Amino acid sequence: MAMLHIVNKSPFEKVSFRSCLNHVKVGDSVLMIEDAAVGALEGTSFSEKLKTAMGDVSVYVLGGDLVARGLSEDRMIDGIKAVDYAGFVDLTVENETTQSWL
Amino acid sequence: MATKKFMFVNRKAPYGTAYALESLEVVLISAAFEQDVSLAFIDDGVYQITKGQDTTGIGQKNFSNTYKALGDYEIKKLYVEKESLEERGLTQDDLMPLVWEDEDDDWAEKPSIIMVNRSEMADVMAEQEVTLSF
Repeated sequence: MAMLHIVNKSPFEKVSFRSCLNHVKVGDSVLMIEDAAVGALEGTSFSEKLKTAMGDVSVYVLGGDLVARGLSEDRMIDGIKAVDYAGFVDLTVENETTQSWL
Repeated sequence: MATKKFMFVNRKAPYGTAYALESLEVVLISAAFEQDVSLAFIDDGVYQITKGQDTTGIGQKNFSNTYKALGDYEIKKLYVEKESLEERGLTQDDLMPLVWEDEDDDWAEKPSIIMVNRSEMADVMAEQEVTLSF
């Protein structure tokens, strides 16, 4: 039962992103949207935590939310995939269930 | 009307919530009352003034250019906390080069962004008479 975990809060402001990563299972996917997109950057105080989780889960970010905040996709942690809204829909279809970490 | 030292403390990333835009609107209103206004960008607030913001993918209005107009409203003290940038993998080069024009110096453009460390930011906050937090 693969699950899509949707995170929309900045990892620098709320614990919901960390809590999500502490509860994912191997084969799950994590999608960063809205303020959570800032967590996709390499070289932050959060990037090591995310990179550790990426051994078990696939990580995606909504590209539009990243560039809206002045952050370009080439600064993302290696292995994170940027998706658009159509890709967001695909992820909800590919996974049996979704969970939003508000 | 007496002039007071006002500080607007910005701690949220733009677009995910309305705080950044609401703050900017109140800042512009405060300028009309000719107060001594400072802005502080700490924590996720530093994302408000990153350069190259492009909101076409999220269907929201890009209001980042409005920060460039603050100098014209005599708002020329934008304190940015160094530690907040570092924790987020950012440097001052990632921020818009915000300036104000000094009419006493042949309208020379001068930087509005003042980089401070956490302890210096605390000192600036302590000097304020009114603090509004967003």
